[in-house]
Amino acid sequence: MTYKNPVTTPRKSATFDDYTLSEIRRAAATGIYDIRGGGAKRRVPHFDDLLFLGASMSRYPLEGYREKCETAVTLGTRFAKKPIELKIPITIAGMSFGSLSGPAKEALGRGASAAGTSTTTGDGGMTEEERGHSTQLVYQYLPSRYGMNPRDLKRADAIEIVIGQGAKPGGGGMLLGQKISDRVAEMRNLPMGIDQRSACRHPDWTGPDDLEIKIQEIREITDWEKPIFIKVGGARPYYDVALAVKAGADVIVLDGMQGGTAATQEVFIEHVGQPTLACIRPAVKALQDMGMHRKVQLIVSGGIRNGADVAKALALGADAVSIGTAALVAIGDNDPKWEAEYNELGTTAGAYDDWHEGRDPAGITTQDADLMKRVDPIAAGRRLANYLKVMTLEAQTIARACGKNHVHNLEPEDLCALNIEAAAMAGVPLAGTNWVPGQGGF
Amino acid sequence: MPVFDLATTELRALNQALHALDKSGVPEDFEITNPRGAHAVAVGIDAPVNVTINGSVGYYCAGMNEQATVTVNGNAGPGVAENMMSGKVVIKGDASQYAGATAHGGLLVIEGNASSRCGISMKGVDIVVKGNIGHMSAFMAQSGNLVVLGDAGDALGDSLYEARLFVRGTVKSLGADCEKKEMRAEHIELLTRLLADAGITDVKPEEFTRYGSARTLYNFSVDNFDAY
Repeated sequence: MTYKNPVTTPRKSATFDDYTLSEIRRAAATGIYDIRGGGAKRRVPHFDDLLFLGASMSRYPLEGYREKCETAVTLGTRFAKKPIELKIPITIAGMSFGSLSGPAKEALGRGASAAGTSTTTGDGGMTEEERGHSTQLVYQYLPSRYGMNPRDLKRADAIEIVIGQGAKPGGGGMLLGQKISDRVAEMRNLPMGIDQRSACRHPDWTGPDDLEIKIQEIREITDWEKPIFIKVGGARPYYDVALAVKAGADVIVLDGMQGGTAATQEVFIEHVGQPTLACIRPAVKALQDMGMHRKVQLIVSGGIRNGADVAKALALGADAVSIGTAALVAIGDNDPKWEAEYNELGTTAGAYDDWHEGRDPAGITTQDADLMKRVDPIAAGRRLANYLKVMTLEAQTIARACGKNHVHNLEPEDLCALNIEAAAMAGVPLAGTNWVPGQGGF
Repeated sequence: MPVFDLATTELRALNQALHALDKSGVPEDFEITNPRGAHAVAVGIDAPVNVTINGSVGYYCAGMNEQATVTVNGNAGPGVAENMMSGKVVIKGDASQYAGATAHGGLLVIEGNASSRCGISMKGVDIVVKGNIGHMSAFMAQSGNLVVLGDAGDALGDSLYEARLFVRGTVKSLGADCEKKEMRAEHIELLTRLLADAGITDVKPEEFTRYGSARTLYNFSVDNFDAY
């Protein structure tokens, strides 16, 4: 009698999972690393790992809708003659024309303006769509300097010097040839159809001492009117923030690894930079150590999705947050109504991240004239405004429950963490204990 | 003529006065004395004014210039005429790193030598250097013309796009994707104009060699692995 080995359930490797296998096959077939948009997709400790304690015997809450909970934030109080006044502590992050269609940029401007906040240009210059429809527009000053010119610098409401972004600290961008329309090529002074590399380093300064001089030049050009932001990716937040303050920033934008990007290598997105949650406390500590907390404002971005995330970022010491991916979703990105077309692209609504390829069925991350018609800037702007207001209402709800009459009065003491990792990163106690990992206790 | 002595006047007052100029006519000439290496001198001008600086300047002199003619009777620090849009900037001495970085238009003349990364990421400006230029000049240069009467350092034109480079002397080495190109009649004509604009009469366009992009790295290919 021959022995027959009973069949066991087929077991796939946790190490070589389906995605990993498909990526190996893709690399072997194409000879190029995977380039995609979106931020880190892996699970990392995040705001979901924190909870607010709420008011009880030792704290008293504020009455919802009756007792005021302020949300206004002023950015640029350190040096700028004309700081930015925002009604809500949520701004729209920098996203380029070139990455996004004109109607999408207009929708972002309309939505942000209706909600009383700012939007931001990106690598590719300022378009009339966004200037015309944004009451507060932050003009990014990037290493590539595509489209950079003094007229736009002077008509901006603030200037954001981009050192890096959370999805790729230390990396530039790549806009592949197929997406370069005549208009995009003209704005960037480059031939149509080529791969456009966005430099990772500024061309005319090196290091924080030079940056201080560069900031002086920009302030002189703009007559010291505009707030100067410095945007850094979540690399070494304590030192990066300290050096940004030293270089003369009015505002620091700190972007964690969940922050989106138009196009960069998957390996960069998933393996370089720190989670947003891990960046905030070191950044705030740097500001506090220099006596600059609340004097130099801190904007945190990377994976902000709802009012709870906003409230948690503020409680950890941020002055405001910034959203990119969530804003694109609000105006229609990855909407299931385009599922059939996402399927044709080999993906599904909610997972589409090849924003750089210019075939976005939602008409947002594209320069295709027909696809971009799918974005109605007025309706999409309204959706964004609604979303921003809901997030603000949610943050207020939490702040009132914690007894705060301004969202900025939220503090780490209002929080606990659900796991050790988040407790250590956020510097708040593990739930049910007074243990802050790394800071003693039990 | 307005004269600003930077030994006794704040830089802010100078730049504010230059920004307040009426753009409709030709304003009076400006003279700046005792710059003593100050940074951001005469930046962000947008008027057809003549500005003469007697002495050496620090970083970013004439940054983002539009329309103005700025002459430095001395040396210039890093980033002179960075992101210039139009107008003319003349440095009588030497210029440090990144001269004319990312500039979109106008003419930058450096009568002495220029250091490394001259014309980095240039986007349409014309740059004429009477002396030599340092390494990595015209790195990622997108468009415009760089004319060098002397020699060029290492890695000239690395990763450049459509900018045209003309060198009269030797080139220590070419950067990735930069190659020697044929001088055609149109280039002789262009050089003739650029030399004349820079006030150079004793040099012939035929003495130059043209360099430009080989265009082999414009689109990614794994077969160019060794170049990455």
